[in-house]
Amino acid sequence: MKYILLMNTMKVGDDGMGKWPKKDQQAHIAYWNTLNKELAESGELVVVEGLAFPDQAKLVRARKDGTPATDGVFPESKEFLAGYWIVDVETPDRAYVIAARASAAPGPGGAPLNMPIEVRPVMMSMRPDELL
Amino acid sequence: MTNELLNLDPRSEHMLRELAPQVLGAVIRRFQDFATAEDAVQEALMAAVVQWPREGVPDNPRGWLIHVASRRMTDHVRTEMARRRRESELALEAVTATEWTAIETAPEEDDTLVLLFMCCHPALTLASAIALTLRAVGGLTTAEIAHAFLVPEATIAQRISRAKQSIKESGIPFQLPTSEERAQRLRALLHVLYLIFNEGYTSSAGPHLQRGDLSREAMRLTRIVHALQPDDAEVIGLLALILLTDARRLARAGTEGELITLAQQDRALWDRQQIAEGVALLSAALPKGSIGPYQLQAAIAAVHDEAARAENTDWPQILALYELLKRMSDNPMVMLNHAIAAAMVHGPSKGLELLRALDSDARLSNHHRLDAVRAHLLEMAGDCDGAVKHYRTAASKTLSLPERNYLLMQGARLSGVDGQE
Repeated sequence: MKYILLMNTMKVGDDGMGKWPKKDQQAHIAYWNTLNKELAESGELVVVEGLAFPDQAKLVRARKDGTPATDGVFPESKEFLAGYWIVDVETPDRAYVIAARASAAPGPGGAPLNMPIEVRPVMMSMRPDELL
Repeated sequence: MTNELLNLDPRSEHMLRELAPQVLGAVIRRFQDFATAEDAVQEALMAAVVQWPREGVPDNPRGWLIHVASRRMTDHVRTEMARRRRESELALEAVTATEWTAIETAPEEDDTLVLLFMCCHPALTLASAIALTLRAVGGLTTAEIAHAFLVPEATIAQRISRAKQSIKESGIPFQLPTSEERAQRLRALLHVLYLIFNEGYTSSAGPHLQRGDLSREAMRLTRIVHALQPDDAEVIGLLALILLTDARRLARAGTEGELITLAQQDRALWDRQQIAEGVALLSAALPKGSIGPYQLQAAIAAVHDEAARAENTDWPQILALYELLKRMSDNPMVMLNHAIAAAMVHGPSKGLELLRALDSDARLSNHHRLDAVRAHLLEMAGDCDGAVKHYRTAASKTLSLPERNYLLMQGARLSGVDGQE
């Protein structure tokens, strides 16, 4: 069963680890690299993607004629998606274990950030070649 | 999932897939290294796909494949340790000394069953066992398996390499299990084949209700096991179950991939030939004595398949079969199906009473099937509001998109929001 692990941590104006000491940034990056490598090696990783900072986000709605109307950043939003993993695991508990690993990524001073990670089952997957 | 084999005519493709485990067995016997032999045979199969359409199928395809795989094998092994190198050169001499056309046409020994037992060893995780079985015995490429499971190729490659690692670490010998462990190992083997079939028949997650390629592959592999173990009642049971279930494949989904329940299916679309074959297998298996869960599930599928119309279904017989199955397994899904059968025989209140006993079962508490069955039985009992509520709860819990759509539509139909009822 596939699960998506959604990491909602960013806030508008957030520059991620920008203000952390360099060694804490390095430890943080190394932690992600290790986790991702382990998931690839266990044959559970389907995809991992990290998203640009929220300043790059645009809110799009269709105008009456169907053309896109874009809005800038939205300071009212408390949280933004920072990135996600899709893993293919045998039990939901395994997905929770992976999410807990992601949650415990080290922050400033090496203390675990304990970020909330939303875990949801993936209900459908499609690939372009299936639709052509 | 046959992209790599597109150039090959179906008969050659079939032959290649049939030969894959035999060739692998021969190469393992020669080189005593499962993991590398498996890679070498994959390369030989790919070479055949490229060369055969161009140069024609060789007179002795099995010998050709063994020859090519052995050559790849020595290439692989050459790059390894010195000890390995000495062994491989001895083996290479053995191959080159014999012209490949002279390699025996008939296998000395059919290694397919040995391979299946190895790939489905309980020491492997299920995901690894499934991937390795499809590649080493099914002759599918990593890309084809990845495509069938909708995951990246590297993910499947990693599962296969972990499976090989587990085999190596557990020291699983290349031989049939001993008689003491045979029953447990056969159960594990059949379980892997059953999971492959199920993945294809009811894609655990996906817009399509069924991925026929995987079900067909599971059927082909189960046929092979049956040919090698024709007297085993549970092997017969699984093959019959697959045939009798898969027979309804075309009727099971509508044009938009929507789920069509057994009662609503157009039975003219059912594959009569497959049903006849499944029923014949079951009838032949009965005198063989011991009855196992696969046989019972197949018998239930047969009762459904033999009803010309849904209302002709012999529910008392199905109920009796579920009573037997319940005694044999502690599977909560069996309890749920038993409740449905009881409702069909004794009325919905009997079924609802049985469901109440399942409410405390932790394995079902968050499972959509309990709500879906309850909704169905409440509808039978005339409790529309209760049925709508449970159809919607079931819809929110299911992990299958076609099933969610089906359950939401049942709720809509009964609540009258679509203005039809």
